Amino acid sequence: MLAWTIYISFLGALAARLSPSRMLARVVALLTAVAGLGIGLVALRHWVPGEFLTVARVAWIPQLGISYHLAADGISLTLVLLTGIAATAGVLFSWNIEKRTQEFFALYLVLIGGVYGVFLSFDLFLLFVFYEIAIIPKYFLIAIWGSAKRGAAGEDAGSQREYAAMKLALYSFAGSALVLAGMVAAWVASGGHSMSFDALVAAHFSARLQMGLFPLVFVGFAVLAGMWPFHTWAPTGHAAAPTAASMLLAGVVMKLGAYGCLRVAMMLFPAGMDPWGFRVLGLGSWREVFALLAVIGIVYGASVALVQRDFKFVIGYSSVSHMGFVLLGLMTLTQIGLDGAVLQMFSHGVIAGLLFAVVGRMVYDRTHTRDLNELGPMQLAHAIPFAAVTFILAGMASIGLPGFSGFIAEFQVLIGTWRSFAWMIAVAGIGILVGIAFTWRALTKAFFGEATLGAVEHALPPITLPETLGALLLLASTLTVGLYPRILTDLILPTLHSPLFEGLRRGAWR
Amino acid sequence: MSPILNAVSYAELLRLTLPEIAVAVAGLVLLALDLTALRRAALKLRFGVGALIGCVGCLIAAYLLLHAAVLGSLPEAMFVITPLTCIVQLALLGLAVLTLLLSTSMKFTANVGEYLALILFATVAMMFLVATQNLLLIFVALEFLSLSLYVLTGFDKQSRQSAEASLKYFLFGGMSAGFLLFGMSLLYGVSGSIELPKIAAAVSGPALDPLLLVALVMVAIGFGFKVAAAPFHLWAPDAYQGAPTVSAGFIASSSKVASFFVFGQVVMVGLAGAAGHGAYRGYAPGWVPVLCVMAALSMVVGNLAAIAQTSVRRLLAYSAIGHAGYMLLGLIAHTPMGTAALLYYVITYALATLGAFGALGSLEAEGVDKIADLAGLYRRAPGLSLCMLVFLLSLAGIPPLAGFFGKFYIFAAALQAEPHLGLLWLVLLAVAMSAVSLYYYLRVLKQIYVVDGARDAPAIQVSLVTRVTVWVLAALVVVLGCAPGLLLRWIGA
Repeated sequence: MLAWTIYISFLGALAARLSPSRMLARVVALLTAVAGLGIGLVALRHWVPGEFLTVARVAWIPQLGISYHLAADGISLTLVLLTGIAATAGVLFSWNIEKRTQEFFALYLVLIGGVYGVFLSFDLFLLFVFYEIAIIPKYFLIAIWGSAKRGAAGEDAGSQREYAAMKLALYSFAGSALVLAGMVAAWVASGGHSMSFDALVAAHFSARLQMGLFPLVFVGFAVLAGMWPFHTWAPTGHAAAPTAASMLLAGVVMKLGAYGCLRVAMMLFPAGMDPWGFRVLGLGSWREVFALLAVIGIVYGASVALVQRDFKFVIGYSSVSHMGFVLLGLMTLTQIGLDGAVLQMFSHGVIAGLLFAVVGRMVYDRTHTRDLNELGPMQLAHAIPFAAVTFILAGMASIGLPGFSGFIAEFQVLIGTWRSFAWMIAVAGIGILVGIAFTWRALTKAFFGEATLGAVEHALPPITLPETLGALLLLASTLTVGLYPRILTDLILPTLHSPLFEGLRRGAWR
Repeated sequence: MSPILNAVSYAELLRLTLPEIAVAVAGLVLLALDLTALRRAALKLRFGVGALIGCVGCLIAAYLLLHAAVLGSLPEAMFVITPLTCIVQLALLGLAVLTLLLSTSMKFTANVGEYLALILFATVAMMFLVATQNLLLIFVALEFLSLSLYVLTGFDKQSRQSAEASLKYFLFGGMSAGFLLFGMSLLYGVSGSIELPKIAAAVSGPALDPLLLVALVMVAIGFGFKVAAAPFHLWAPDAYQGAPTVSAGFIASSSKVASFFVFGQVVMVGLAGAAGHGAYRGYAPGWVPVLCVMAALSMVVGNLAAIAQTSVRRLLAYSAIGHAGYMLLGLIAHTPMGTAALLYYVITYALATLGAFGALGSLEAEGVDKIADLAGLYRRAPGLSLCMLVFLLSLAGIPPLAGFFGKFYIFAAALQAEPHLGLLWLVLLAVAMSAVSLYYYLRVLKQIYVVDGARDAPAIQVSLVTRVTVWVLAALVVVLGCAPGLLLRWIGA
């Protein structure tokens, strides 16, 4: 049944495009997104820990041994749930789109369908197909419906949107080009009989090949996960995108990259993470290189977020910082670190969605400015208290206070880091502190600014019902996982012991 | 020669060339009819009747290929018809039918019969081209094809650009024919035969004759012109831009399929022993390294130059040069898988390119030439815009469209050809350049979908036949992308 998450998304896209009225398109999109979430929840309800669910496995291109192989394990299911939540919230927060509404929701649902497809594909070729299907809608969503940086208007705003959209599309495509090269090489090296993950894992590539392909594929996917220094598409893309698209970009699209790192690069080429046998600048393996880049990303993203004047860029850079934890967790190669990484994917997806919803929909659509210095005098805490409260809660979740999902995720990543790269924990700690600082700064500047003399009381439109519902959905998700993390860890941990991940369970694995 | 020629059974010759005869007869009939009975009829009617006759001829030929036993060969390898050549001929016939249909909405010429007949004659030439393994016939068929294409390029007599394009194409083409002929004569001198299989037997051996190396470079240059591979690509941008749109589409699609196939025949059958190696650190002289250089240059030059273009057709021309680079990978592989990959690639590429040119052709009346002129097209012609989206994304290699699988397959074939992933350097370059290509395709799509044109611009009227043809092409691109097995089954993977 899980496969229907993909099909209904594409069917929903078609229905939304053909809808005669705007309202109908919105309703169709909402129903489609809710149905996707519902299917995920039903699957969760019937899930047996450690289960591997084959959904479909039929020959697709028999001449090349490529099969249409959809399946789910605990990690897939976690991310399918995240996609359902983010998609539903995204529709709710884009209820007010008036420009080319039908097309907007059609592209939105195509993107969602592609994302579901990636998380459920257990054939490398199929995964890549879905991965690329998700690229093109992103471009159009940003280029057509996006918003510009502060101060830009008219012609300028248009070109900024297009710049951001093109940058994002090219980064994604360049990343996927690396993956394509790695994929072709893996197919040839495995004898060209099958592209299914089980067959590729069983092919036991030579250590030398894995050493070459691992960085290629890992970097290819990590571009989309916002790994420093390939992250620059993320802040501009997030800031320029319409609210729902930023929510999806940060919420699920960046997870595509992280998921690809884990599912393809690490699972298929585990020996690529072994030591090289020599050290350059103190680094002795690809694992250490990428862990270092991840920590740099954590600190760098947070530091840059600290000095932004544009509210959306603050959140954009915070995403880079938080995704650093995902990559760091993956590179620890410990059970707890990997568990934390997957949990952080979920957690960041929900929290970043919430933050972007507050900034893009609740604040920007009402005030038409994202400049923190201009927002301050507006006394938003009084004008739209719901937005302020939501942002406070989301900020608390974002800096990793206990009780929210971010805490349990980052905590596990840090434990894993302690076991694998003890000194990096100090750097990551600095990143967390700076994270608290920029969240606090954004909060006070945007919502609790000093009322300047003579400032008029801004009469802002009240918060609408869809916004409230969307915010509650996301808050409920982060709190549920924060208070009862077993709901997801029971999915993730047994999966890490499945035969597919056998190659990872060695060395520091505990 | 004469005693051998006498051995040809004319009944056999007739049997084997029946499909070609059908197409040629259709061409003659429509020419005669157009010049006599329909002389004073309306342009639309003349195009309609002419295209109908042409299509019937092509369909009869296709029927003969599918159902009559035309497999076989003539002495001296003059005619070698295998199931594979039949498939290529079928593809050529299909493309010819679609081209005929697209040309029905042309308005610039009164010489309807000549135009349509030339398309059919060019198709006949291409069918001969793929069905022979004899150097002499290859050359004759190639010249027959080229002459038809020169005229088709210069057909718009009111347009100076068209005349210029035709002249450029002719001059470059004539030169390339010279190179090719020189190369062929050297091949004959080295091997003493003009039959590809016999040449292969004569030239194989560990040490390559220096004369043979000269010959194969000459042959590569000659065909390099034909398939518009860098550095012999200079005619392509001008020809694509100046020629009537349908002619440009025809040159970019059908003639590419035929040229690549015959190029493959010559190097893979005729020079089988002189392949050499193009692997990094595994270099050995032969035609493979020559093609490796051509492929690398084409991919780089085509894709980088396309970025700077402002005219849609020049952009498509440079992208075609880039694609020729990818297609050469299939030849470089010179394995059965490489051939299958090449055929899949070139056929799906032909569909997408013909579609893109067809769509552009119907916009020509609106004065669309620059990329900027496409602004707001999604409002003025939503269906056509969607088709353009499909064609361009397929060319960029986005799944689930046919272009993506073509790229994957041809890269895989190239990588599998040499042991230890020897051609990885070339495949990495190809992959990198295909990432570049998305940029310029998106630039066109941005104008179509993102930029708003003038508010009051009227909807664009497209004739029914053109609309249906373009939709059929788009549907083929999607279907072949989602189910590549449909085509792979025929071209034998």
